[in-house]
Amino acid sequence: MLDALTVATAVAALALAAWCGWAASRDQPTKDWHFIGMGVVTLLTVVQLVVGIVQLARGEKPEQGTTIFVAYLLGALACVPVTGFMSLAERTRWGSATVAAGGVVLAVLEVRLYDIWGG
Amino acid sequence: MATTEEPMTEPTKGGPVRKRLIGGPGILLVWLYGVMVVGAVSRSAVQISTEFGHAPLAYSLSAVAGVVYGFITYSLVRGGETARRAALACCAGELVGVLVVGTWTLVEPSAFPDSTVWSDYGMGYLFIPVLLPVSAMYWLRKARAPQGDRAQIG
Repeated sequence: MLDALTVATAVAALALAAWCGWAASRDQPTKDWHFIGMGVVTLLTVVQLVVGIVQLARGEKPEQGTTIFVAYLLGALACVPVTGFMSLAERTRWGSATVAAGGVVLAVLEVRLYDIWGG
Repeated sequence: MATTEEPMTEPTKGGPVRKRLIGGPGILLVWLYGVMVVGAVSRSAVQISTEFGHAPLAYSLSAVAGVVYGFITYSLVRGGETARRAALACCAGELVGVLVVGTWTLVEPSAFPDSTVWSDYGMGYLFIPVLLPVSAMYWLRKARAPQGDRAQIG
């Protein structure tokens, strides 16, 4: 369950990065549709956090430690919303580029989460 | 993160408007530096508190890197000429640090039982640690232009 969710979130994050990177390359700021996309990716990370905590509550142990696991889950959750707010403050192509960078960072976090959980 | 606030566009008491350093490409730099702050500081905090004896040099270097990243992020968000110069100096120091530590880890791996943020020129972080100071210095030098820097880049 958690592994499937991790893969799905990583793919969605990369798709968001490509989409916003495309907007940046065409000199466009983030638009409503981009924010809906960010919402979808953020929703996935929320579900991931909940599922992760439920797994921990059931007594399962992440391979590389609970502290690091929870820290990465929270980091993954914060990643895209923070860049979303930054793109609201910067209404140019560079706001889009920041969200794209946020998507890439989230994808990297998901790869690390996969390892930390021991999938 | 409080980067959406815009105190730097307001005139401060007894001083001129601080130059905004987070316009245009600056916002992307703030994000990447912010990520490196969280990465380096939390990583070294966990490692120093749980297994410091294992690789004290590596973990201390990661902590130093985290502090440098934190200072640069703060300077960028704060804005102004002094902050710009301070950030520029720190970026130069950061670049030297990455190059020295990166070379050190390649030449004498035995000194590093565990890796640092700057090991192998930051390979574990997609080489962001070595690319970031170069692009930041480029941006900060460009931001020196007294006026119209926002218009040119926006």
